[in-house]
Amino acid sequence: MNFGFSEEQELLRDQVRRFMQEDLPLTKIRTMTKGALQLDRPLWTRMAELGWLGLTTPESCGGLGLSWVDATVVLEEAGRGLCPMPLVSHLLSTEAILAVCGKKQRMAWLPAMAAGQAVCTLALYDEPNWLHPDAITLEGKRVKKGIRINGRKPFVTDAQYADYLLIALRVDKQLYLAAVGRDQVTITPQPQMDLTKPTASVEFDDVVLSESALFRLSRKQLAWLTDCGAVAVTAEMVGAADAVHTLTVDYANQRVQFGNLIGRYQGVKHRLADMYVDIESFRSLLYYAAWTVNNAPGELPRAASLAKGYASDAFAQIGIDCIGLHGAIGFTAEYDAQLYLKRSKWARPAFGDSDYHLQRVATLGGL
Amino acid sequence: MDFDYSPSEEAFRKEVRDFLKENLPPRKERGSDFLANWLRKVRARGWVGFSWPKAYGGGGGGLVEQAILREEMALAKAPPLGTSFMGLAWVGPGIIQYGTEEQKQRFIPDILDSKVTWCTGYSEPNHGSDLAAIQCKAVRDGDDYVVNGQKIWTSGAPWSQWIILLTRTDFSTTSKHDGITCLLVPMDSPGLEVRPIENMAGDRHFAEVFFRDVRVPVANRLGQEGEGWKVTVSALANERSSIGEVTQMFSKLDTLKELVRATARNGRPAAKDPAVRRRIATFEMKIAAMKYNGLRYLTKQIRGEPLTSETSVNKLHRASLEIEMDDFAVALMGQAGLHLRGSDDAVDAGSWSKSSLSWPNVVIGGGTPNIQRNIIAERILHLPKD
Ligand SMILES: Cc1cc2nc3c(=O)[nH]c(=O)nc-3n(C[C@H](O)[C@H](O)[C@H](O)COP(=O)(O)OP(=O)(O)OC[C@H]3O[C@@H](n4cnc5c(N)ncnc54)[C@H](O)[C@@H]3O)c2cc1C
Repeated sequence: MNFGFSEEQELLRDQVRRFMQEDLPLTKIRTMTKGALQLDRPLWTRMAELGWLGLTTPESCGGLGLSWVDATVVLEEAGRGLCPMPLVSHLLSTEAILAVCGKKQRMAWLPAMAAGQAVCTLALYDEPNWLHPDAITLEGKRVKKGIRINGRKPFVTDAQYADYLLIALRVDKQLYLAAVGRDQVTITPQPQMDLTKPTASVEFDDVVLSESALFRLSRKQLAWLTDCGAVAVTAEMVGAADAVHTLTVDYANQRVQFGNLIGRYQGVKHRLADMYVDIESFRSLLYYAAWTVNNAPGELPRAASLAKGYASDAFAQIGIDCIGLHGAIGFTAEYDAQLYLKRSKWARPAFGDSDYHLQRVATLGGL
Repeated sequence: MDFDYSPSEEAFRKEVRDFLKENLPPRKERGSDFLANWLRKVRARGWVGFSWPKAYGGGGGGLVEQAILREEMALAKAPPLGTSFMGLAWVGPGIIQYGTEEQKQRFIPDILDSKVTWCTGYSEPNHGSDLAAIQCKAVRDGDDYVVNGQKIWTSGAPWSQWIILLTRTDFSTTSKHDGITCLLVPMDSPGLEVRPIENMAGDRHFAEVFFRDVRVPVANRLGQEGEGWKVTVSALANERSSIGEVTQMFSKLDTLKELVRATARNGRPAAKDPAVRRRIATFEMKIAAMKYNGLRYLTKQIRGEPLTSETSVNKLHRASLEIEMDDFAVALMGQAGLHLRGSDDAVDAGSWSKSSLSWPNVVIGGGTPNIQRNIIAERILHLPKD
């Protein structure tokens, strides 16, 4: 019985935390995310050198062959600093390739990804608020030379950064993941609230792909990748919620009104205590969900839904209340709390909101 | 990170399961001497006072085994391991930590053998949450203390033989936490009077306890004079993994799901109503959070890291679940939810309506939610005291 992190994992946590403080502080992130987005390649390469881009990649494919618990450590710390680099997309693409591709593509793609040379993202659903196989509406038509695709994939996270994209679509009622290079499609950045999660639409204009660029995506694999997505996003939410909570606790320990630190007033301190309860709780649920990915995959659906079901609403409320507890200063663009509020809004629907996940918990629980 | 148990831990789990198979017949088949036999048998196994030192008759067991024992007992819906509830929960651990050798020999075996029931005399009419401000007075007179004052909400006082009592021996200290002294007092002491109080569920398990010139030998003082606060705090902190509690809550959730499946609302199965489903899932989410919080805290303890006040996290979840689950059940059943045992229209023999009136046992009894929030805010987040 050991529901805690190993020494190596704690070292990894310190390493990522230091990296975020020294190499990617919020002041830098603010400039990075202004204007046209470009991936900071040197920084990405450093992340690769530190091993973070190949954590879950098998050793035979140039990775470290570690687990999702390790990946969670990285994502939690990345989330704490609102890291704008495409770590989640990268992790999910790796998982997708492991799930649907054969040995040939794995050997061709995964080492380059782990080395930071190829940036990849994954796009599953076309509907903004529906996680279901039918919510994949982009269609390809079988033609002589392969599959012809016309249409638009909206809401693709990190598409701006990607060299390659894994796009879910349907052909003759079957689901596939299509592997395309960024030059084959038109990527149009779409402004959205959270600048640290760049989002674009991807247009296919008479793109013809050979069969070898298409991989059957079973419903089970789709569900698996969706659950992995929920785990990855929730890991970032834990770090981000913890960060904005700490920021607010510190403020409450320093701001004086009516002759007292505001943290002395129960309207403030009790809300901060309740936030602590929530963060502790979705943190525990998340760690368990991350553990199931490699150790008890049959338990993943329920575990992922418990964690994301909790975190979605709890973090959204924490985001709002942390602004409120600051007073007017929290409303300013200059103050960092607002960046976390935006992340909480971004994360809420990502890979399922509380309604999706709690309805599923009910179903899995026999109702 | 792993949820595996060592071979010896697995062997212990099997031992508990085998024992339960053999010694826990279905309710209907249990004779009148069942409980007495049960208590004797679990005692013989060393499972009562599981983690207490062997020298005093405890089991000398480890944290993980204790968690396994509690989990298996709860899964099997077994009776408690002893009937001296408060004796096992904090009086015994307090005596082991602070008692004299003579006190240990005298009190511990009777607690383990369920021979003596203890109650807890902390709260007073004017001092509940602000426990350290108690006023019940004890004055040294030769080899005795003479106690005058009143306690209230004393659970089990009507049938207990002993009370662990917080008194004030020094009224001149600058800090209210000083000058408190803990005494162990027989309930049949001359001058001690118990007046039961009926609660809103119709039970009479707590009481007022009055002390008029009650003489308590100095030999019955637990810890040093003026040290009573320390004794109380560390005894109350004697909380281990809450895994047994979580298991019980999961089985209550199962019962609640059965109720949902058996209930129609607005002419449709309640189990299809998204609002109902969401509530049930939210309960499951919080109970699961308690489970994994508890396992994280247990891991900390196994690693020898001290817990600060993290247990308040689960206490807050527990408090809200305790209120909401029964209340949800009662609301779900509409008119029928109000009916008590004996009504032809009661569901589940009125058990939901009854338990929906009993939440203060858990929610107020061990420190109110606001006090838990203060504990988290002040001890974990280091916010100012109010
Ligand atoms: C079923 C039951 C069994 C009990 N058994 C025992 C027992 O065996 N022995 C024993 O000694 N006691 C027992 N108690 C008493 C229990 O410990 C007290 O009721 C509890 O500590 C609260 O004290 P109080 O009732 O005086 O309420 P108060 O302390 O007067 O509190 C009233 C309200 O004010 C709030 N409040 C108080 N202080 C603060 C603050 N600083 N900040 C914010 N809000 C605050 C509380 O949360 C509460 O809502 C029992 C109580 C119950 C309900």
